[in-house]
Amino acid sequence: MSASASVASAGARAGSEPAGPKPKRRLSTRNIVLYSILLVVALYYLLPLYVMIVTSLKGMPEIRTGNIFAPPLEMTVEPWVKAWSEACTGLNCDGLSRGFWNSVRILIPSVILSIAIASVNGYAISNWKFKGSELFFNILIFGAFIPYQVMLYPIVILLREVGLMGSLSGLVVVHTIFGMPILTLLFRNYFSSLPNELFKAARVDGAGFWGVYFRVMLPMSLPIFVVALIIQVTGIWNDFLFGVVYTNPNTYPMTVQLNNIVNSTQGVKEYNVNMAATLLTGLIPLIIYFVSGRLFVRGIAAGAVKG
Amino acid sequence: MQNLNLEVAKGEFLVLLGSSGCGKSTLLNCIAGLLDVSGGQIFINGDNVTWTEPSERGIGMVFQSYALYPQMSVEGNLSFGLKNARVPKAEIKERVANAAKILQLEDMMRRKPAALSGGQRQRVAIGRALVRDVDVFLFDEPLSNLDAKLRADLRVEIKRLHQQLENTMIYVTHDQVEAMTLADRIAIMKDGLIQQLGTPDEIYNRPANKYVAGFIGSPSMNFLEGTIAENTVSCGSVTLPMDGYQFTDQSVSRTPQGTDIWVGIRPEHVVTGPAADNQAFSTDISVELVEPMGSDKLVWTQLAGEAFRFRMDGQANVAPGDTVRIGINTAYASLFSKNKETRL
Repeated sequence: MSASASVASAGARAGSEPAGPKPKRRLSTRNIVLYSILLVVALYYLLPLYVMIVTSLKGMPEIRTGNIFAPPLEMTVEPWVKAWSEACTGLNCDGLSRGFWNSVRILIPSVILSIAIASVNGYAISNWKFKGSELFFNILIFGAFIPYQVMLYPIVILLREVGLMGSLSGLVVVHTIFGMPILTLLFRNYFSSLPNELFKAARVDGAGFWGVYFRVMLPMSLPIFVVALIIQVTGIWNDFLFGVVYTNPNTYPMTVQLNNIVNSTQGVKEYNVNMAATLLTGLIPLIIYFVSGRLFVRGIAAGAVKG
Repeated sequence: MQNLNLEVAKGEFLVLLGSSGCGKSTLLNCIAGLLDVSGGQIFINGDNVTWTEPSERGIGMVFQSYALYPQMSVEGNLSFGLKNARVPKAEIKERVANAAKILQLEDMMRRKPAALSGGQRQRVAIGRALVRDVDVFLFDEPLSNLDAKLRADLRVEIKRLHQQLENTMIYVTHDQVEAMTLADRIAIMKDGLIQQLGTPDEIYNRPANKYVAGFIGSPSMNFLEGTIAENTVSCGSVTLPMDGYQFTDQSVSRTPQGTDIWVGIRPEHVVTGPAADNQAFSTDISVELVEPMGSDKLVWTQLAGEAFRFRMDGQANVAPGDTVRIGINTAYASLFSKNKETRL
């Protein structure tokens, strides 16, 4: 009785006592500090992008006045056109377009090949354990820790011996091989996280190695394929080292060509063209992030369904 | 798992029962062909299937986590095995429709597994084995993921299915209620060995060793330490007459007098009230603790210096400190040798 009486009296004074949902204070000191710091950091990171975009839209006379933060007085897309189709790199004067198409021709087969092979690798290692499969996996993972520089020259020799040196397909092979360790790890871990009973059920249902892979595993794996896609597209598109070593001026990927445009020492430094060229080169990874980011979320939602 | 010999008759419902890690799932996976055996042979329907692919053994398997293919509809799940076996389309349709009818899945053929309840998912999983027209159904703890009520419902459904189909079924579980209610025969396993193989009746009434006796029955059996004498067992201050007890080897005389033993008495075999004095052994006992369970009450006391539980009617008026007259029918007791823990 005494306990219930004290509860009732507390209820009577409810006006000042805590009751119901806890009130949220939006403009607390903590929040003001937090948001101002976030704002400053965001500005700090966005500023270079702003400068690049603004500069790429200015003419050279305007750039020479030195106000790099000022918005363009006379907007022009001339630098973009020049960067795409007229800028000179070495002997070729057809701008970045050549490098862009080279990069596309490297990117597409490399991404498809590496993801296709690595996903089957990961699937086999996680589900079809064979004698030495763990050892095989460990050796593969070890590959991820070897610095690329160590393998540069041996691969030059290998490519020369098979006659692929300087060709786009040679670079595709190199990208596919170097994507293997990290992608296999990625896929193995994902397939290992899928319930093992699903695999057993499919085997009892008579599906073989490829049947289980294509009809059971693959439909459940959209999220990890998107992750692999992001890793590979950005990695291969942004690659400079392999591009500069294993190709020749006619097959240079976009990154190498960008470097050649920006670092050319002849004549005036055309800052606006350089900025436009850089933005153009960065466009593909940017698009991939925006497009697949949404796909990625949807993929996770689809994959989260437990059967 | 070592040295295991198990024969299952056609149409039999065999339950492999044991606590986790006893090897029952391993055995089931070996039968299914999902695990390679390191020695020995497996025969299904007279065919040696030791090296055969799981899909060609004539088995269907139902898993604890249902293991439905999440991207396929119920119909897709049911027909997947038949498509892999390249069964003609018309026949697939017929068989799937038939299975759906038996399991009452007709209204949800287009749904994905995510849109089904736990019980429906498990019915689809059973249906997947059903459509393939297999000789042997293997169940790997199929009801463990369901809540208590659904588990009871589906248990009855599985039993009905077995009566209807008359297929051989091998069922792995750690739930003794499932084992007792479903099985024609139960194999109780521990550390990869079968402790006892027998009908639920045999296992409950004549457990082969102390492990089985303690494992089966809830609340579990009381054990008293004692020594054997001519037609009696003395446990400290208590002497139990053993006239009605059926010894395994029929001749009491072959059990040496003075052998140390365990006496096992089930809580439900203790009689209270007026009938207590009619039993082979009766005594007054002081109540220590009472656990009410609705239908009955579990009373904790001490007998011969050991913890002793027995069951009383749910309506019985009993409280700690009371003295209760109990009687024990020693014919229902179990005696186990102390060193080997096997039934005497």
